[in-house]
This record gives sequence, C-alpha cells and structure tokens, in this order.
Amino acid sequence: MSTTPVSSAPAKTNSIGLQILDYRGSKSTLCAGCGHNAVAERLLEAFYEMGVQPERIMKISGIGCSSKSLAYFMSRSFSFNSVHGRMPSVATGALLANKTMRAIGVSGDGDTASIGMGQFVHLLRRNVPMIYILEDNGVYGLTKGQFSATADIGSKLKTGVVNDLPPIDVCALAIQMGATFVGRSFSGDKKQLSAMLKAAIAHKGTVLLDIISPCVTFNDHDGSTKSYKYMKEHDELVNETGFIASHEDIAVEYDPNTTVDVQLHDGSHLRLRKLHEDYTPTDKAGAVNMLMETHEKGEVLTGVFYVNTQELDFASRLNMVDDPLSTLSADRVRPSREVLAELMQAQS
Amino acid sequence: MVTSTLAVQSQPIADSLAHSKKIVNDFSIQIATVNGSGSQSANSILLRSIFNMGVPVSGKNLFPSNIAGMPTWFVIRVNRHGWVARKNEIDLLIAINLESVEEDIRTLPTGGSVIYDEAFNLTDLRSDLTYYPVPFDRLVAATGAEMKVRKLIKNMVYVGVAAQLLSIDLKGLESIVRKQFSKKTAVADLNWNAVQLGFDYAASTLTKQDPLVVEPMNATQGKIIIDGNAAAAMGALFAGVTVVGWYPITPSTSIVEDLIKYLKQYRVEKDGKASFAVVQAEDELAAIGMVLGAGWAGARSMTATSGPGISLMAEFAGLGYFAEIPGVIFDVQRTGPSTGLPTRTAQGDIRSIAGLSHGDTKHVLLLPGSVKECFEFGIQAFDLAEQLQTPIFVLLDLDLGMNNWMSEPFVYPEKPINRGKVLNAKQLEELGGFSRYKDVDGDGIAYRTIPGTDHPSAAYFTRGTGKNEKALYSERPEVYQDNMERLVRKFETAKTLVPKPILDGSGKQKIGIIAYGTSDCAVLESRDQLERESKIATDYLRVRAYPFTQEVDEFVARHETVYVVEQNRDGQLLNLLKIDLDPAYATKLHSITHYNGLPIDARSVTKAIASHEGANK
Repeated sequence: MSTTPVSSAPAKTNSIGLQILDYRGSKSTLCAGCGHNAVAERLLEAFYEMGVQPERIMKISGIGCSSKSLAYFMSRSFSFNSVHGRMPSVATGALLANKTMRAIGVSGDGDTASIGMGQFVHLLRRNVPMIYILEDNGVYGLTKGQFSATADIGSKLKTGVVNDLPPIDVCALAIQMGATFVGRSFSGDKKQLSAMLKAAIAHKGTVLLDIISPCVTFNDHDGSTKSYKYMKEHDELVNETGFIASHEDIAVEYDPNTTVDVQLHDGSHLRLRKLHEDYTPTDKAGAVNMLMETHEKGEVLTGVFYVNTQELDFASRLNMVDDPLSTLSADRVRPSREVLAELMQAQS
Repeated sequence: MVTSTLAVQSQPIADSLAHSKKIVNDFSIQIATVNGSGSQSANSILLRSIFNMGVPVSGKNLFPSNIAGMPTWFVIRVNRHGWVARKNEIDLLIAINLESVEEDIRTLPTGGSVIYDEAFNLTDLRSDLTYYPVPFDRLVAATGAEMKVRKLIKNMVYVGVAAQLLSIDLKGLESIVRKQFSKKTAVADLNWNAVQLGFDYAASTLTKQDPLVVEPMNATQGKIIIDGNAAAAMGALFAGVTVVGWYPITPSTSIVEDLIKYLKQYRVEKDGKASFAVVQAEDELAAIGMVLGAGWAGARSMTATSGPGISLMAEFAGLGYFAEIPGVIFDVQRTGPSTGLPTRTAQGDIRSIAGLSHGDTKHVLLLPGSVKECFEFGIQAFDLAEQLQTPIFVLLDLDLGMNNWMSEPFVYPEKPINRGKVLNAKQLEELGGFSRYKDVDGDGIAYRTIPGTDHPSAAYFTRGTGKNEKALYSERPEVYQDNMERLVRKFETAKTLVPKPILDGSGKQKIGIIAYGTSDCAVLESRDQLERESKIATDYLRVRAYPFTQEVDEFVARHETVYVVEQNRDGQLLNLLKIDLDPAYATKLHSITHYNGLPIDARSVTKAIASHEGANK
C-alpha cells in the first residue's frame, strides 16, 4: 500500500524557535495529583512562552519532595539539588559566578520555613535576582506527614494530631525582609499561576512565590487547611493577575481606577485588576497589613501582594564586570608580575 | 643629643654580674602590655628594626580573645642561626602591664632583665634579675602628646629604651618609624620623638648590665616579613579567585580582609567594575554554600574559616566531595574543641577535615609550612580544586596565619591557570554529548560543563544523591559502588598532583621525624639540638599534603623509629598515618604532641625524643 506523506502541521515553536518538548523534564516520580507536578508544568510553560533559552537557566533546590521536582521540568537547564534548607546560598554563589544566567529556586515549606529560615531571609534581604518558588503544603512529605512551620493553627493531620502553633506567613516575611516581588498562588489555579510566573521571569530581583500545592498523600483530607478542597473554598483573590509580554501589544485599554499597571524590567507589563479596595501592590506596609487581616478572617489570600521595580538587585549592587566571572580569561583574573613585585616591596 | 649606637656598644658590659660575655643575636624579648593599647605597631617596629640590621627574627603575638583590657604578650626571638620557633626562655622582659607583671617576672630565668614602669616597684620580687626602671609617664608627658594618644606613645618610649640597651641601629629605626607612619608627618614626628626620649633616657640614666646585644649581620637581605594570612590572600589573588563567601572568625578573618584590599586595588577594571564578588555571608553554612554554588557555576571560589566554621561546613563538604564541585577552604586552625582558646594556636583540625562530613568522605588537604607556601599553595589549591573537581582545604594555624615570619620574596606563578576537565559547546558537538560522571580517562576524574554552556546536551543534574554516569538518580547497588570506587581512583590521582613532602637529612638514619605546618621550625631546631647535645642523628620528612604520597610510605618503611610531631593532644596526623599506611608500620610511629595553645618550641621536641631514645636522662 502506498503511503502518501501526510503533511503534518509544523510543530509549534516559541520566539526562539524551540518547541515545548525542549522544555520538558524527566517523568515525575511524585504522587499522582501532587500539586508540585502542576507547578512544574506551569514553570516550563512559562519559560517556553517567555522564550527563555533553557541553557540560560539554573534550577537550584534543597531537599524534599519540592526540591526533587527540579528533575521533572526543563532537562536542558542546569540543575543543582543541594542540601536541606541551603538552596539560597548555593543559588547566590551560582549567580555571582554567572550573573547573566537566570536562576530559579524550588523549595518547600520545611526546606524554607524551618531548616532553611536563616538562609531564606538573607536571600530576601540581599534581593538576589532569582525566582524563589515555595511549594507549600504544610507537611513534610518525604518523611511521611509531619507538620511544617507554615501549617495553620487548627489544621489536623490524618493521625488526628492538631497543629497548635501559628503559621509563618512567608509572604509577609518576604515583604518585610526585602523581596521585591511577592505573591501567593495555588497549584490548581492555572491562569493566575501562569501569569504570575511570567511576570516573575520579567522581574529583576528576588521573586518569592508561595504556591499552595496540596500533598495528596498526607495533607489533603478534611480538617487540613492545605487541601484542594479547602483552597477551593477559601482562596480569596486580592487581584486578577494579567501579564502582557514586552513583545505584545501593550495598547490594551485599562481603567486605572480598577487596575494597577506595573512595568517590569524587561519592558513587559503586570496588570493587576483590583479585587480588594484598599490594595496597592507598591505599598509595603499595606501589603503586610492586608495579609495579617486576612489571616484573622480565615481566608487564604492569593495574588501579587508586592512589587518594587526600583530596588537594585544583589548582582547589580556588587558592580561586577559585564562578563560572567566564571569565564573570565586568565589575564583578567591573575594580576601581573609587577603587581607581585609591588606587594613584595611593601613587605620588605 | 642622642648617644650614638657605637658608643653604647663600646661600653663595658655587665661586669658586675656573672655574665662575662656578650650574648649577640641570640635571645628573646617579651613585651607584656594590655590588649587594646596599640602596642602592635611598636612591637612590629622593634621587630623590623632588628630584621633591618640583617639579623633573623620572629615575632609571636600571644593575645587574649578580647578587645581591650586583658594581658597580651609579644615575643620577639632574635637568633643568629635563623631559628624562628618560639623559645620558652625569655631573656628580656618589657613590662608595661601591671596586671601580669608579677607572673611575668616569676617566669624569667635567672639572669634575665626587665625594662619596666618605675611605678611598679618590682625590685623586691627577685634579686637575680637586672632591672631597668623607666619613668614612662614623665617621658610620655615630655613628648607633648595629647592625653588620648599617650597610651600609644608610651609604647614608642619602650622601643627607644630597648633600642638603646640592645644597640639597635637608630638610623634604621627612624626610617622604620617614618615608614610605619608615612601617612602623617606630624604623627611620625611625635612617635619618633618618643623613641628618642626613651633612647636618651636609657643612654643617660640606665647602666647596661645585661649581656644582650644586637649586632649587624647579613642574614635577612632581600627577605620580606609577612604573616601567613596575608600570604594566603595573595595566593588567592594570583590564583584568580572570583567569588568569595565568608563569615568572620578568628584567626582567619584577615585572609579575607587582606584579600578584599588586594582585590579592590588590583582587580577593578578600567571601567570601575570588579572582576570579583565578595559576600559576607550570614554564617559559615551560607559561606560554603556560596562557594560551592559558585564553583559549580564555574567561578574560582573560596572561603576562609577556623575550627567552629569547619564544623558547620561539614554537610556541604560532603556534598562537594560527592557531587564533585570545586572550591577552596582556608582553615586557620585555633585551639579547640568547641570554642576552645580562640586566639591560641593548634593543629587540631586535620583529622576531622580529612574525612569531614558523614559517609565515606575523603578530602584533599594542603599543609603549608611557611608563609611562602601559604602563597604557593594558595594558588595551587585553586588549580587542584578544578583539576580534581572537589573542595580543597588549605590548613594554616594561628601561629602561621597571624604572626610575622621572614621569607624569601614570593615567586610569580609560571604555570598557567589550570581549569581542569571542562567541555565547551564545540567539544560537546564533536562528542555528541557527555556523561558527567563517566571515568573516560581512567583517573577517576570525569568531564564537566559550566552552566551557561550553549549546547542542548551541556546540562546535567548535580545532586548529593546516588546517581549513575549520566547524573541520573540511581539507587542501584552496583551503580552506587562503581561511583564510590571511581572516587577512590580520583583520590589516588590526587596523590600524584599534591605537593610532595620534603626530606631533610641523608635519609639513611634509623630515626625519622614527620611533621607538618608550623611544627617545622621547632623540628628543624630540635634536630640540631639532638645532634649537638645527644649525638642523635635524624631524618626529617615534612608532609605537605593529604592524601599522603608514596614518599611518606617509603620514609616510614625506611626508618626504625618515626616520631610524629604535631600540635594537638591526640596525635591526629599519626592516626591518619596509621589508617593510611601499611598496618605493619604502626608500631614504628611515636607521637610527640604539644597542645597548650602556644606555638610549639624546639626544646619540648628535643626532650621528648632524647628521653625516648634513652639519652639526656
């Protein structure tokens, strides 16, 4: 039988000619339905859509289910699954070595809010130019379901144990500590998360995204405040997140009374349609207050809480040469014989 | 006005005392002051004034872990033979600190002498010493110095008194004072005036009764004086360090502080931009994390720390070993365990660092024994880190790092920078990809790529978990074991790359000595004492790296008895030798340890060896 070549439609590509396949990772070994899988999917889509070359990305993590997920997206990017709670320092070092790379850190609530708290706040304080994803499910998954420090008061484990300590609100903390782009989303909210991730890619400075990402195995039952069901019932959007990439037509009309427009570092625009009256995403104190208030109301506030495009990021602050330090030629890093002679003279 | 040095030398010396002869260029001066009183400049001026007369000197600062108000001592050893180890016996005490003076006086040997503040009224304490009372407050007031700087000026007065009594060349002294205070003429004048007042007072009022004299020699021409931390910082500078993550800790702090100074001066490019990044981290965990992150991403990265910092770095050290990431860690050892004696010296970290972290971790250690080696190994460490793709630890100690040492000037590195096995995009294209952990060359060292390498197969997954040759997660027994075996092969390769030990002696004696680092100066002097006093001839092997090279094995094999000299309680180097060498050699090894926080002295070593050898009872 003769075969007539079927002219398949040309594969869809992004602005740099790559297909979505070029952004895929290994097959996930996380539980089916794990929120982290959805986050990985949104991440790779966002980088694909933003046309970022995978080889220009460094993915860095600590230890835990979330940290493992580096393997499940963008295999063509450079990955470093380091030690528990220490992703911030590894990412900082890597970015200093090569400030021209983009860095994304993936962490969990245990990895960040408990063992990693020390490094976390110092990363925020430095405004290290990277995206910090916190996949937040309120429990330790790999050790089978102990509470983490983001678990809400009154949240119940499968075993019946009830959490009686207050949660750490990493978003409020991040705003106070100096992060310049802070938001919360839900792994189940594709639209919001995608827009937020793209805006994060366009931002230069520390982006902290606290993504509620339910643990289907240990924290998705009735009584849990980090379950899919709870999130669907209590997710309170502070704003509707829209993203207009720099190459898109930005002439889209918007009403300044109802929408906040933030121009990001690469020329793209973050459009936040107000859903809460008193909210301005550039007001640090207001953002922290709002988070505190919604806690008391039992709502889980999501959206972009705070954006600051004025603050200098850490790599810029260090005033390094334009080329990556990692590949500087020997003549730029080893001083001359005359320099040694001068130093020796001073010691004689 | 000022008495000439010649006139002083021609005075009859100490005829009233038992000393019938001059003691020329062979004594120790101890200056006892209060910390925070600014005596460091004065002490270093005194040291350099003797050095500039061509006489070998060493200076050791014995200081408290405190900012101001506690006793501190500076010991200058003057030795015409070039022995620079600490010597227990003090010949001349300069006593400025009332708090410590009684004990300082008590420890002096018979015949010692004391320059002291006349207000102390010490002469009743002992009758077998020579006393030189000095009215410091009156002399300081005579300089016209303002109240707030009088404490500092007092130090310059004792420099003048000591210079006169010891016949130190006054012209040379003046040039050193002026160099030290070259930024402000008025300050230089004030200090120099104080030195002169001290000198003149001694010349006119004190009668030289002790035998100590400095006479010009030719033994220091062309040499420099520097501390090991500054030398290590220079090494890092010339190694082309690009990223530094650090956390301040005594006694390592000045490595990075000096390095920052050098980097700002020599590594800022024409456009004002820096070819480096230095970050003061939140703790040592973050410091080493930054080093490994940067090393992974292709930088030449380093940190400097001391014992407590090393303990904190343990987990990352294991990651660096297992994930095979370059980085350089300078450890300036201090006395442990725990906080220990933070400002005192020891060699107590070598055993814990050799296997730092859990599991079967093994590290490569460089062990500089001089300031020159601090510089040279400082450079080599960065090459080795990238050649071996592993953290390299450079072990100094407080004595080497923070004290002043004479040295030949450092030599510019002739070898080009070696970045190890790195594949670029072109090579990846030709090879059609690569396997990150495959032992292609059989030396245990696999090829790596630098993040950002523009090729679709450049990326790999770095992890602290088990992995196969392609860097994919694996828990398979044979895969894990193969990888661990390859790391052993890499460690064997390291033996061929690290600095070889240095043999001193004919190599034919029955008795051998093994030591490393600052124990070297005590061992060299001790061998001379053993030979002269007890006719005990020895061979000496100075170890300069871990893993031990073939030469160490052969040295132990060739000798009947091997003394392992080191500055810790448990004989850590000896224990490493026992683990790594043929077990049959274990009984040959004898431990000689010195661990009181002070730098090791030759006499202790001599006594221990002579006694074990049955001599000198």
